[in-house]
Amino acid sequence: MIQEVVRVPLAVGEDLVIQKRRIGSGGPRLCVVTGTHGDELEGQYVAWRLNRLLQDNLSHLHGTVDIYPALNPLGISTMTRGMPLCDLDMNRTFPGGRDGAMSELIAARLTEDITGADLCIDIHASNIFLREIPQVRINVNTADKLVPLTKYLNMNLLWIHAAATVLESTLAHSLNAAGTPTLVVEMGIGIRITRAFGEQLLTGILSLMAHLGMWDAPVAPIAPPIVSSDGAVSFVNANFPGMFFPAVEHGVRVEQGQKLGVIADPLTGGIRETLHSPAAGLLFTLREYPVVYEGSLIARVLGGSV
Amino acid sequence: MREEVLFTLDTPYRQPLAVKGWFFGTPGRKTLAVMGALRGNEIQQMYLCSQLIQHLCALEQAGGLSQDCGILVIPCANQFSMNVGRRFWAADNTDINRMFPGYDAGETTQRIAARIFAALQGYTYGVHVTSLYLPGSCLPHLRIMKTGYQTPETARAFGLPYIALREPHPYDTTTLNYNWQIWNTETFSLYTPATERIDAPAALQGVEAVLRFLQSRELCRCGVGPGEPSRIFAEETLCNVKPTAGGLLVHQVSLGSQVWRSQPLAEVLDPCSGAVRQTLRAPVDGRVFFVHEACLINGYDVALRILPDKAGESQAQQEQQEQQA
Ligand SMILES: [Zn+2]
Repeated sequence: MIQEVVRVPLAVGEDLVIQKRRIGSGGPRLCVVTGTHGDELEGQYVAWRLNRLLQDNLSHLHGTVDIYPALNPLGISTMTRGMPLCDLDMNRTFPGGRDGAMSELIAARLTEDITGADLCIDIHASNIFLREIPQVRINVNTADKLVPLTKYLNMNLLWIHAAATVLESTLAHSLNAAGTPTLVVEMGIGIRITRAFGEQLLTGILSLMAHLGMWDAPVAPIAPPIVSSDGAVSFVNANFPGMFFPAVEHGVRVEQGQKLGVIADPLTGGIRETLHSPAAGLLFTLREYPVVYEGSLIARVLGGSV
Repeated sequence: MREEVLFTLDTPYRQPLAVKGWFFGTPGRKTLAVMGALRGNEIQQMYLCSQLIQHLCALEQAGGLSQDCGILVIPCANQFSMNVGRRFWAADNTDINRMFPGYDAGETTQRIAARIFAALQGYTYGVHVTSLYLPGSCLPHLRIMKTGYQTPETARAFGLPYIALREPHPYDTTTLNYNWQIWNTETFSLYTPATERIDAPAALQGVEAVLRFLQSRELCRCGVGPGEPSRIFAEETLCNVKPTAGGLLVHQVSLGSQVWRSQPLAEVLDPCSGAVRQTLRAPVDGRVFFVHEACLINGYDVALRILPDKAGESQAQQEQQEQQA
């Protein structure tokens, strides 16, 4: 059943409609949401695959799965990360409010609709600049409740990050604060679809559903994530502008001091900077978009004092 | 007057971003810093700062600045975006005013914010000439974040008609205003009605407000008049007027108009047939404080904000009492 979650009239002959597909009935309820950032599409593949798999195997489903493929339809339709017109990052508008502007009203309706689910999985795809291995990110304040669930999700990495006031406006924070456990997945890269990552997450979602008693068909084997806190993550940022040409593949193990790539100057043929790994470990983030400025993030390595 | 490059940031294929500051008064004195455009569309904010620089130059030459006074003005920190017609940092669309206090080993706009913040450190008073996030224009006012360190009474010395107190939202905690205040600078955000276009009288009103403030602290002698008595109100006092329909928005009142409860304020028209879809009426007696400027409006977007005549007063008094307590 396709349901409307929120409908808002746009100025000229069109409504903004956020829809979900509801499959199954009764409890428990799982919400799979994606498309908050209009330039992140990895979740589209997962939503499509999960949808088909569930509708073809309804007898194995016990409970309700709500799939929200596009929380930001205007953004997805225009390759815009935020909400077009107001230039707002939708993931800084939660939990919203009924008295606020349109963006806040939408956020409030979405929060209401998802609140009360037994679990929510919010799928992100990094941004157009950086490629990420499949990972779950959770706020340290929610670790007690969420860490036990993450081992079913078949992701490579669990990053337990510090709390920051600014992140209190995210969908995940608002839902967790309202008592609805929410896991944020980051994987792949913006405006692309990495099918292998999508399949990996799909297996994870089914195994999590099996754990919640919602799914009784056999599920492919899963692997638990490497668990990390902020302390074990090393950042590599550019110190010079230019073009980044990597010397390593994404997702591999690198040694301390290993060359990660160069920042090249095509005008002179020179090399502005050679970047090395600050630690031995897993290269879980790697820059894909070549144009860099001073400060542009190049890589993240999970290593050091794990 | 001393003009100085505060920092530069190299870019591929473009000239380095050089952020300049203009210093007045006694070197080493850190009395007042004024920050202008952080966003590429803040032309009015840059213009206001440029006019302030003109006035301060003249004042300094005429010996009108006190020996105790040291002023820094940074008119623009984002020509990188301004020159290509983009609002946010043109390389990654991030907002420098959501990156404070900054991080000098972080992403590009975090580094820019860190360098701006370093240049602005240690001043007794700070003014951020800024623009609204909502698309539209508002009456000239000062906005103060309620960080627990705020001192709204000080703001009266600017002689602007309105002072809005804002309860910080989570996303406000990364703005310049919030962080500047936490780092011990008494900070005021100065709003004028325009952003992308120049409103010269409003800019002059802002310049005079800054000079008046300095004069009230005996930091300059410039002969600027006493200004207006300020009404201090909590931002929540403003009543949002929102259509339930989308369409063409045709205002029937203008910014600053006094309106009466149930008076028609604007119509939302069907953009193709011209039929009236909705008439927006004033929910209270008050003054039009904000108007949505674009011709088109979506359902539930804020068309106008009204500052109520009475309810706000009592709330403002309450605010003052809280301050004194
Ligand atoms: Zn995202």
